[in-house]
Amino acid sequence: MSRIPLPYNAKVMDLFRNPKNLGKMEDATIVAVAGNPACGDMITFYLKINEQTLVIEKAQFESYGCAANIATSSIVTEMIKGLTLEATWTDITWQKVTEEIGGLPSVKFHCGVLAVGALKRAIRKYFNDRGSESAWMPKENTFEEKQALEEEELANTLSKRLKPEEEKSP
Amino acid sequence: MVENVKELLKLHEEITHQVYLDNENSSIVPQEVVDTMLPYFNKIAYGNPTLTHKPGWEAFEVIMNSFQKISKYMGAKILEEITFTPGESEANNLAIMGSCFAQKEKGKKIVISEIEPINVLHAAEMMKKFGFTVTKIPVDSDGFLNMEKLNEAIDKETIFVSVAAVNNELGTIQNIKEAVQIVKDKNSQALFHTDATDAYGRIPFNVQNLNVDLATVSSYKIQGPRGIGALYLREGVDLDRIIEGQIGTQKLWPGIENTPLIIGFTKASELAFENFEVNVTKIRCLRDNLVDGIFSALPDLCFNGPKGEKRSPDNANVSFLRAEGEALTIELSLKGVYLSSGSACSRRLLQPSHVLVAIGRRFEEAHGSVLMKTTRYHTEEDIAYVLEVLPDAVNRIRRIVGSTGVE
Repeated sequence: MSRIPLPYNAKVMDLFRNPKNLGKMEDATIVAVAGNPACGDMITFYLKINEQTLVIEKAQFESYGCAANIATSSIVTEMIKGLTLEATWTDITWQKVTEEIGGLPSVKFHCGVLAVGALKRAIRKYFNDRGSESAWMPKENTFEEKQALEEEELANTLSKRLKPEEEKSP
Repeated sequence: MVENVKELLKLHEEITHQVYLDNENSSIVPQEVVDTMLPYFNKIAYGNPTLTHKPGWEAFEVIMNSFQKISKYMGAKILEEITFTPGESEANNLAIMGSCFAQKEKGKKIVISEIEPINVLHAAEMMKKFGFTVTKIPVDSDGFLNMEKLNEAIDKETIFVSVAAVNNELGTIQNIKEAVQIVKDKNSQALFHTDATDAYGRIPFNVQNLNVDLATVSSYKIQGPRGIGALYLREGVDLDRIIEGQIGTQKLWPGIENTPLIIGFTKASELAFENFEVNVTKIRCLRDNLVDGIFSALPDLCFNGPKGEKRSPDNANVSFLRAEGEALTIELSLKGVYLSSGSACSRRLLQPSHVLVAIGRRFEEAHGSVLMKTTRYHTEEDIAYVLEVLPDAVNRIRRIVGSTGVE
């Protein structure tokens, strides 16, 4: 285990202290989760979607994680409000989220990736739940969705294999 | 990035009370220790203790005096058994590598506990590159060493065993005397080292009573300056140097002795040992008030490590479930309470402390862990302040978590 200096910028700190759009949304159209407690990183997005225009009218989040995780989740809810699902899918990348928040220590890039992973998961779920498809959504998981899956699997594997075999006493 | 820090620090401007509980990772050096050190930078004994002039002889005199005192506090027979090093990482590395290199003809097996501090763990792992093997002995759910497994692990090939007298994260006081007996009964040639950085000055500790061959102590862990520690090596035991240079008053660590730091470490030791019982009682009371206060204020907690007499008096390790440790440390920093989390961020995942994993804590339990250590410099008001702000901090972080992760 090594420790890395984490000088968060003012924007990250502000959203950590005063997160926007925080909390469960009772009338959400779609709810999606990425990460898990074992990762130490977990986000739930609640999206209220206009079923006619496919515009995200409202977005809220809850998050278990570090300051960067909380801040990136919060800023994503601000960035996507009023966007169509298509615009959200194509425009919101983890790089853009990281940029919007004024940068993150590189060791925290995965927080932005997880946030976008959770978001894309939500949008995919919206169409899957309705048995519909959209021309702009690839069938294959995107980079962020894959990363979220990998992170979840990795944490599950590691936390199950609490003590690596080769390190056990004879 | 440095610009960010200025902004970060600005957020702390309204703090009215500060309590530093992160004594695991650094320490405040009290003014009385600093005052004792100051003359040695430029007024007296600023010379090299091996040289033939007044400032050199002055340095020689005070350093010899320090050797004498530290050897007494550790319970060494003679002062030559003590080597000052630039810290406990260096002392532990010297102990492990120096022993292995010197004893390599006798065997290639290193035995350590699963919960050794990182500097023991990594130094032992490093020796694999030189053909040594590392066997880790498991511990129970409170961090106590499995003595049966230790007994099974020791064989003719075993040359070096290391078990910390007090675990730095859990405060678990090991039965080192029994462990030494088990090791020596199976293989009298095997060397026994103990990292005593969390025992020294907080529990009765004596290298001769415990019958260990090597022991590490550290200055900052008893509120001395950083950058200085010591290794005890029993007279007659062979150890190789691991770095080379100009040899001065001590043959195992080259370089010019750092007189002010040695003086600071010695002063901190004097202060810790002068009123040992009084100090320890105070540290324990403060710690107990802290822990009791936290547990009566908040639900969903988990106490890590043993309770009662088998725990070092300064150590409090609590997991706040449904609150991530780093978020909690930042939230509390903004209120002037400084502590550290057991998990550290890596590129992909939060890495839980290997110690908490070894005692069977689930990852999510480890991620919410916070380590606090009280010192005799803390006051009841300090603890009261922590208990005033900590529940709100935990509750705010838990509100952000909300229903996330609730099955």
